[in-house]
Amino acid sequence: MGWSLIRTYTILVYLFMFLPIVVVVLLSFNANQFGSFPMTGLSTRWFEALWNNDAILRAFRTSIVLGLMTATISTVLGVLASLALVRYKIPGRNLITTLLIAPILVPEVVLAVALLLFLNFLNIGKSFTLLLAGHVIFTLPFVILVVQARLVSIRRDVEEAALSLGASPMQTFFSVTLPLLMPAVAAGGLFAFTISFDDITGTLFWKPGGIETVPTQIFSMLRNSISPEINALGTVIIVLTVGLPLIGVAVARILARRSGV
Amino acid sequence: MSIEQREARQPWILLTPALTAISLLLIVPLMFIVVYSFWLKSAVGADTPGFYLDNWTEVLTDRFYRDILLNTLKIAAITTVACALLGYPAAYFISRSKGNKMILLLLLMLPFWISYIIRTMSWINILGVSGALNSAMIHVGLIDEPIQMLYNQTTVILGLVHFLLPFMVLNIFVSLDGIDTNLEDAASSLGATRWQGFLQVTLPLSLPGLAAGGLLCFVLAAGTYITPVILGGPPDAMFANLVYEAIIRQLNWPLGSALSLLLLIVLGVLVLIYNRYLGMAQLAKGLG
Repeated sequence: MGWSLIRTYTILVYLFMFLPIVVVVLLSFNANQFGSFPMTGLSTRWFEALWNNDAILRAFRTSIVLGLMTATISTVLGVLASLALVRYKIPGRNLITTLLIAPILVPEVVLAVALLLFLNFLNIGKSFTLLLAGHVIFTLPFVILVVQARLVSIRRDVEEAALSLGASPMQTFFSVTLPLLMPAVAAGGLFAFTISFDDITGTLFWKPGGIETVPTQIFSMLRNSISPEINALGTVIIVLTVGLPLIGVAVARILARRSGV
Repeated sequence: MSIEQREARQPWILLTPALTAISLLLIVPLMFIVVYSFWLKSAVGADTPGFYLDNWTEVLTDRFYRDILLNTLKIAAITTVACALLGYPAAYFISRSKGNKMILLLLLMLPFWISYIIRTMSWINILGVSGALNSAMIHVGLIDEPIQMLYNQTTVILGLVHFLLPFMVLNIFVSLDGIDTNLEDAASSLGATRWQGFLQVTLPLSLPGLAAGGLLCFVLAAGTYITPVILGGPPDAMFANLVYEAIIRQLNWPLGSALSLLLLIVLGVLVLIYNRYLGMAQLAKGLG
């Protein structure tokens, strides 16, 4: 009896999580010109409107460029730091770990204000550079946590074998360690990209006038009223953000299998 | 240089880029706004450096700020409790289900990947004047005119719970999944009912996960900026909205610094209390 009660409760929790998302997708195909209920039929007109909306396309381009740059920098920094934390015994390890994940513990608004004011003091005003710096610092802890979790499972002796067979440390890193690390690198990069693509609070503080990312574009569109175009954009983002990690996981699996670990 | 010395230096070389970035882009900026919060805003031109207590006096004595701070903490607390009440049974179900736990967990984490702003705005489609709920109620004849259900404190909390629930479930799951199920069996073989076994064995052992999830929910809810703007009305402003107002709209950076630091201090005290009793390791487990 108790168990079936818990099951029903859990199903309701899942419904609570998914119902709003399903409604967004449903309404994005709505033929009704106000995009509200009742639905009058299926149509792709809102997706066409989206495709012809220059502001949204520009925002997409900005978000993707920003996300890719953030992911690249965060992943490089994160992988190096994780290697140090997992592979070496270092004094003050706990303090360093706390420092590295500190950006998660500081409320995003506070982080946003501090970075904005400090870089402004250094004559770096609201700009793409500021946005990039902010996104890197905000995503770095997540990359480190993900990469560290994966690194623990890679065995050290494979590298030692390569070294004992006469490979230089550089050769060992590029032909043994890095291929083994690829799943961790891919997971970290994907995580950073997704967080950067999704970020809004910090972005609102850092972005210069005239530059919009996808979330800030949606935010400014919401000011007018909720249009079916936003729902269509939501559907595109849902497909991208759910689809991308799934593809990522698949790629990581294939890479992991190929490297034979 | 000996091999040992080189070996000892390597981790620091690997750590330097990340530590430099964190120091320059987080630690130093935080120290900078501490200094900035004692400066004075000038009517024209640059702010006046110095050691003035004006901003702090204003932030700490003005009723307006205090009320919004208390309101923010109240909203965060209600959100956290709601997440725990919704999340615990779900996490328990996932961890004890015979089916594929990972698929169930992944499914619940899926919304976490979907854009925060899309998920927040999706509630307008449901609760808005022309939303799903109003249409359905008019359709079955329950009401004649649509009711405005949005833009109040309840919808702000609803949006926050929807946003933060996956964090809570994940943390509780990590804790529950690590508990040896033999312990519950042992309790029942010693005569405890299932409910007693749960209350006296499983629940206490899962408290670290509940605490980690609770801390995350509380801190993230208390620092939220977007949800009250999209789903709340003017009286539902939270502390982050004050900060935005001061920094971006009024350009009063010294005051904005003091406000940000007040929020950081209040939430920081919570994190420190948590760290004192449970440590950061549990939190890292739930996030990774």
